[in-house]
Amino acid sequence: MSEAAAIAAPARARVRSGAWLAPAMIVLCSLAAYCVAAAATHQTGQISVDGFVGLIQRTVALGIVALGQTLAILVGSIDLSVATLVSVGAVMASWMMQGQPDMMVPASLFVLALSALVGVANGLIVTQLRVNPLIATLGVGLVLQGILSASFQDFAGSVPKEFQIFAYGTVGPVTLSILLMFALALVEWLALSRTRFGAHVYATGGNPEGARLAGIKTARVVVLAHMLCSLAAGLTGLYLASRLRSGAPWVGRDGVYDLESIAVVVIGGTVLAGGKGGVWGTMSGVILFGCLDAIFTMAGVDAFIKQVLRGAIVVAAVAAYAYRTKGHVA
Amino acid sequence: MTAIGSAARFAPVRLLGRIHPSYAALLVLLIAIAFLTPNFLSPLGVMAFLRRGASLAIVSVGQLFVLSMGGFDLSVGSLITLAVMGSALMINNDPALTWHAIALVYLMGIGSGLFLGLVVSYLKVPSIIASLGALLSIKGVALAWSGGSPQGYLPDNFRQFGRVTYHDVPIIQVLPMSVVVLAVFVAICAWLFHGTTFGRLALIVGDNPRAADLAGVRVRLVRIVGFLVSAVSAVTAGILLGGFAGPAQDVGDGFELQAIAANVLGGTQLLGGRGSVAGVVAGSLTLTALFTVLNLIGLPKPLRDAVQGGILIAAVAYSVRRQGWEK
Repeated sequence: MSEAAAIAAPARARVRSGAWLAPAMIVLCSLAAYCVAAAATHQTGQISVDGFVGLIQRTVALGIVALGQTLAILVGSIDLSVATLVSVGAVMASWMMQGQPDMMVPASLFVLALSALVGVANGLIVTQLRVNPLIATLGVGLVLQGILSASFQDFAGSVPKEFQIFAYGTVGPVTLSILLMFALALVEWLALSRTRFGAHVYATGGNPEGARLAGIKTARVVVLAHMLCSLAAGLTGLYLASRLRSGAPWVGRDGVYDLESIAVVVIGGTVLAGGKGGVWGTMSGVILFGCLDAIFTMAGVDAFIKQVLRGAIVVAAVAAYAYRTKGHVA
Repeated sequence: MTAIGSAARFAPVRLLGRIHPSYAALLVLLIAIAFLTPNFLSPLGVMAFLRRGASLAIVSVGQLFVLSMGGFDLSVGSLITLAVMGSALMINNDPALTWHAIALVYLMGIGSGLFLGLVVSYLKVPSIIASLGALLSIKGVALAWSGGSPQGYLPDNFRQFGRVTYHDVPIIQVLPMSVVVLAVFVAICAWLFHGTTFGRLALIVGDNPRAADLAGVRVRLVRIVGFLVSAVSAVTAGILLGGFAGPAQDVGDGFELQAIAANVLGGTQLLGGRGSVAGVVAGSLTLTALFTVLNLIGLPKPLRDAVQGGILIAAVAYSVRRQGWEK
């Protein structure tokens, strides 16, 4: 059906004229709401280049994780281990660097290699042991968090000043990390829409059996997607270490990156069952979350009420897409 | 199909024989506990073990109703926290208000289960997302209500459910009230799941919702009832835990995952279609026994979580292998 067509036709055909509309609307509405909230609370200083840069800056960590999660969900899997991996990345980076500039490259490479390894393990457990991806990645997350929390109780080590350029360095008014996030989004979008790998991702997620019969090595695609997803989480760990100057074993869990990354991916229109969706939807979901957070802060909403509203918004946002689904959803 | 056929009659013996390497694991762990703590094999030791495992067993059996229909209920941990914190705040050290508070937390639970069921059935939000949202919201309500720290005090007539032990009972000598609550709850659920049409419909809905729909099953209603059972189980477990441990803002943390793990160990098939109450109770006791053993040999809490993660993956991998690589 549409999946088979996707394999046969060039992947480019997937980018329909309407595909940009929903993400663009989400971004415009979010930014409009942000401006209205800033005006209503007399914080018009927030409506400036600096204000918007700050707004986007606060979404970078979630954004990078969500870009990885998009891949995992597109192939019909999911990754609940990302939050833990963010913590692992942040702690290992600052612990290995211990403030020494010459350890920056080895530590970063080590974190990325470790993340890739975890991703491959996730992928193999899902494809070879056929464990439900929710349970597989949840289990891997529990194992990692357990080992990490048993080994480190507090902030471990620190990163050198030079490494903080990653989070705080600027090009004109924009920070390097914001540019990195958008560069990654662009690369991922190109990979998904213009390459054979992208077509295989959509085919595997849309109809795994059909894709396999069409000659796609679906297991390899799933493992690769998981590896890239974990790499994104590890990279976020490096970013957080750079931003916080040090990593602690709870930075990922506190950011709720597992649930929030899934939420923004789904809000962005990517189907949880896989095979449908894309990068710009996810980015619009990230911006929506960033704006909501900023609005709540400007309005002085209590931190716990903020959590209540967040939960409600996740459900409402998914419902806005899902209620048209035909048939029953479990 | 076999699951539906054999669930038609309530036959615990057959269920016992059919699945569950969990029983073997449970036996091994119990023997290990017996070696590590000599007085474990007395009625006192066994009852203390059951009392410790009661709340997890109750939540796990509740979770079975949602899992067997192909869904997930991740909101139970937060609901436990809300039940404990809410009761403490409402009772506010006045024993006369205990029953009002219990009625009100059950109402909240029913409200939450109903809401989840409606959102999943009518708005078609996948239950994993809907219950995740509920997890965040309910926890937020509990924290906002209490101001972020444990408030209030639970009087003895509330705490009796988790705390009181009857002495001088014939044969078993001691009988904690939480074990009575556990037995009653499990009996009702076993009847509901294995002895009624509803139980069969739940498995059919989990096996193939579209076929169930075409066969005239009221899929939405069955789903809503499933979420209601899960929510009621969480509140019940919360009342036991409140007596057991007192008010704390993290009492319920992690219960949703442990309940799913207990189900997986007990032979419940994720995404629906297969499961049994006896298996889930065995699975939850296995998990409790495992935590007890890991605790006894002095493993710190984080490493216990790590072991739990590994076992979760191994159990699912094993059950998939058992099913003969069907998919």
